[in-house]
Parts: sequence; C-alpha cells; structure tokens
Amino acid sequence: MNFNKNLKNILLIIFATIFLNACSTAKKGSLDGDVYTGTDTVEYLASGVPDRVFFATNKSSLTTAARETLRKQAKYLRKNKKLNVTIEGHADERGTREYNLALGERRANAAKDYLMTYGISGKRISVISYGKERPVNTASTPLAWSQNRRSVTVKVK
Amino acid sequence: MNFKLIVFILTIYIFKISSSFSLIEVDITRGNLDPLPIAISPLHVDLKSENINDIKVKKLGENISSVIEKNFKSTGLFNPLKKEAFVQKPDIAHLKPRFEDWRLIKAQGLVTGKLLIKDSKLKVEFRLWDLTASKEMLALAFTTTPNNWRRVAHIISDKIYERLTGENGYFDTRIIYVSETGPKDQRVKRLAIMDQDGANTKYLTLGNELVLTPRFNPTNQMVTYLSYFRNLPRVYLLDIETGTQEVVGNFPGMTFAPRFSPDGKKIIMSFAKDGNSDIFTMDLETRIVERITEHSSIDTSPSFSPDGKYICFNSDRSGLQQIYVMRSDGSNVKRITFGDGIYGTPVWSPRGDLIAFTKVRKGRFYIGVMRADGTGERLLTENFYQEAPSWSPNGRVLVFYRETKSGEGGKGFSAKLWSIDITGYNERKISTETDASDPSWSSLLSN
Repeated sequence: MNFNKNLKNILLIIFATIFLNACSTAKKGSLDGDVYTGTDTVEYLASGVPDRVFFATNKSSLTTAARETLRKQAKYLRKNKKLNVTIEGHADERGTREYNLALGERRANAAKDYLMTYGISGKRISVISYGKERPVNTASTPLAWSQNRRSVTVKVK
Repeated sequence: MNFKLIVFILTIYIFKISSSFSLIEVDITRGNLDPLPIAISPLHVDLKSENINDIKVKKLGENISSVIEKNFKSTGLFNPLKKEAFVQKPDIAHLKPRFEDWRLIKAQGLVTGKLLIKDSKLKVEFRLWDLTASKEMLALAFTTTPNNWRRVAHIISDKIYERLTGENGYFDTRIIYVSETGPKDQRVKRLAIMDQDGANTKYLTLGNELVLTPRFNPTNQMVTYLSYFRNLPRVYLLDIETGTQEVVGNFPGMTFAPRFSPDGKKIIMSFAKDGNSDIFTMDLETRIVERITEHSSIDTSPSFSPDGKYICFNSDRSGLQQIYVMRSDGSNVKRITFGDGIYGTPVWSPRGDLIAFTKVRKGRFYIGVMRADGTGERLLTENFYQEAPSWSPNGRVLVFYRETKSGEGGKGFSAKLWSIDITGYNERKISTETDASDPSWSSLLSN
C-alpha cells in the first residue's frame, strides 16, 4: 500500500514535470500555449486596470492571468459605482462566422460572470459579441489570432 | 430599390416540342471533361421592331445570345462555339438550319431565335436543334417588357439546360450577399443582391451598421439577416420590394444564424442567453416562439430539410464543432460528423439528399458534401479560408466565399464569391462589384 502510494506520488511528480516542461516550451514571446500574454494591444480602464483578457482557441475559460485582470476590473468598478460597462466578446478569423458569434458571446459572458462573483451587479454589465468582425490585429498569424481572441471591457458613456 | 419580381409578364407559347428521340444529352452527375459543343446563334432582330435604329435594339439579339453563352460556359458542361465560325445567318438558321453545315464546325446543338419589339413589348422566340439527329428539340416564345431582356436570356438558358440535362436550370436566379469595403478592422458591410451572373447589382442597406448572413425566403421576396442596428445584434426581416425592415421577435439578447423554414412561415435561428446559444423558431404570422434545443453547449447554424421534417445544425456539445441532425421538434438528436477536424455551416440541399458544410482541419478550410446521415463525405475544395456554402436551386452547384491573403502577415486580403459543382469540378470566381461574403442563392424566379 505504502509503496503504491509512493509510486503514485513519484508518477505524479514525473507527470507534473513533463507538463510544466511542455508549458515552458510553448511559452514563446508573448504566447502561453496559444493564449496571448503580452500587452501590445491592451488599453487601460484606469492606471493598472487592463481592459481586456485573452482566450485559447475555441475556448472561453478564463486563464489565471485573465482572472487577475478581471479582479482588478471588479475592484475598479466597486470604487466607481456609477460606471456601467459593456463587455465585447471576440473570436479570431479561423472559425466559421456563426459559430464565432456564439463563441464571442460565451467569452464575454465568462468575463461578466467573473465580475459578478466579485460583487459587480449584472445590471451594470451588458455584453455584445462581434464574433470575428472586429479584429484588433488584421494580420493572419498565430500572434494576431491570439490578440483577437479576447473580451474587452468598455466604459459606457 | 424598386425591383419587382412580378412585374415581369411572362407568356409562354409552347408551339411545338419535338418528342422524337434525340441523341444529344448531357450527363451532369459527374465532372464533364468533354463539354458538349453548342452553337448559340445571335437572335435575329426583326426589322419591323420599334426604334430599330436605336443601337440597343439593334444589338439586343447579340446581347441576349451572349448572356445565354456565358451561362452555358459557366456550367462547364457546354462548350459554346465561336460565332466567327457560324455558317448561316441567324434568321435563315432559325427557320431551318442546314444541319450538315453546322455539323462541319463540330457543333452538336444549335440555338437560334428572333425577337420583335412591338407596342413596347419584347417578343422573343427561340429553338433548340439537335444537329446530330437533325431535329428540333425545343421551341418556345416569351413576351415581356424590353428592359427585362436579361431575364429572358436566363429563362431561355434554363429551358435549354432542362431539355439537355433533364434537370431544372438555375440561371433565372439571384444571389444575395454581403458587400464588403474598407480595411479589415473597420469593414463596411452592406446587403447586396445581383443576378446569378453578377449583373444588376443593387445595394439594400447603406452600410451604417454591420450586417451578416442574409438568406432568401422560398419566394425570394423576403430576406432574413443579422443586423447590428443600434449595436443590438438581432435577426431582421427585409421586404426586398418595399425596403421595409423589422426585427424578428422580441428576444432579450443576441439572435443570429437565421434561415427560413421551407414553407417560408417560420424563421429558425440561434438565441444567445448568458453565454449559451440555443435554437429557436418564430412563426412570422402568429409570432409564436418555440425553443428547439436546450443544451449548455453552443447550438447554431440551423437549416431545415426541404420537407421540413428535420433540422441539421452545428453544436459543440461533444467538445468541438460538429454537425447534428434532429427532428424539427428538437427530438432525436444525432451527431452525423465523426471525421478528423471540425465541421460547421451545415446546409441542406434543396433535393434533400445531401448536406453541404465547411470543414476545418489542420488550419485548412474545406467545402464539402455528405449524405444526410453523415456518410459519403466528399471534400470539394480546399483553401486557407472559405466557408458558408449555399445551394443552387437544382442542388448541383454550391456558392461560397473565400478570403485570400497577401502581403506581410496576410494583412492585405480580399473576399470573393466562388462556385463549384458538387462533382468537385468547375470551380469559378463570381465577379462582384466589391468584395463579397455570405452568399445565399435564390430559388428559380420564374417558377
């Protein structure tokens, strides 16, 4: 039994090491896997509060970095109680148009839900999906696509 | 924006149709590497026609025959011969061709005709001759207004195509699409409509708001599409004749991916709520909304089978985009795609036998067809980016759009409409005034 448990732990460590290695090899420039981690396209709602988060291909789950950004946004929104926002969901050009509209909507809502769990009323947040209609980088490269897979929080004037 | 489909007064006199056995026929079920040589004689313009000295009237016979010729060339099934080689004057050939002389230029079929403008009406008659059997195969006459001459040319093309292939034609049709101008990050998109051959382009919206995915109703008078009017993406209905637009239903969120039911009474579409897209229908008369799917995945791109009993759609409930078929009440959902890659934009053939789709595999986009149960997948064309097939009304040709890239990082790009036969042969670019995407083919206008 004990031996088995040890073996399990060792295997876990081995797998974890392999996994981490895989991650670090994928970490090239400003990409982690295929999620953008740079700041070239990022604008700010206020000093230190990035306006956007990035997603992996076909995914709408929030990365650790995305959650950190959204917590900053939530903090900012808690301080500015009169401010309403629109979250725009976007997809890259490498998918079919209609599916991408749905995917953009799902991404915008993932961001919205996270802000709500940090105490921001859903009434202050509207969402809109642009699918792949409004790329921020018009190139056709993996970097451009990663910058376009995003949800952007925009202040409602 | 005044194009009335019905203004057209069409009278057909079937004055003689030869029922005799003919030798020439065209097999359109496979790629045709040996297109049928056909001579399309310019139509003879009757000298008694009104305004016969007007160059437009004088040239009308030639113009009608060149539209027919272009139609036939576009099928890939026919080889229209050069007019310089023609051996008889149009009016004489129309009475009765010297078959042996036409055979010398290797023609197998011959189209002749004449026209007369009288009392502001254009009367056109034409005949199709089987040169191999030395027989008349078809003779018809039409009366319409002179400015409808292109439609007459398309209707004649359809009649000849039907006689020679045994299938319905698709020339007297239109394509509605999204006209695109401007840089990619600020693309201006307008609804546009044109004849199937690219003529008579008209713009239906001004480009003030983003519009996507227009689709005809079965009678081609209405269009359903997605508009970002006032930044609220919703499905709209546009009456082409009157230009009136209305939002479809009262949904508290984005509606998209609309299509008509085969009877034209309902619109089927996706409605996105809290990040989840499901499929709904709305009856246009009763305004009753019905939910068709209820699943935590994305369900979109629905398309009815032509008998209205089934719906194919796109869902990522398995993890990635795949194509599913269900009964029209939402029951009996079955996944039909299991191949390598992801699948989107399913659209049911008007013949009911096939579903056309877009497939993405290893960064390449394919347009393909498969049977409605998912078997018999055939990929017709492959490119860097292309999608959104739409069927010709006879189910023989698909129109779709393709984006091509150029320059550093592919920043220079263009979007164009293309067509391909379901045989996988005869891929062609369709000329449009601007860049174009999201094509939808009408049904036959004259039916």
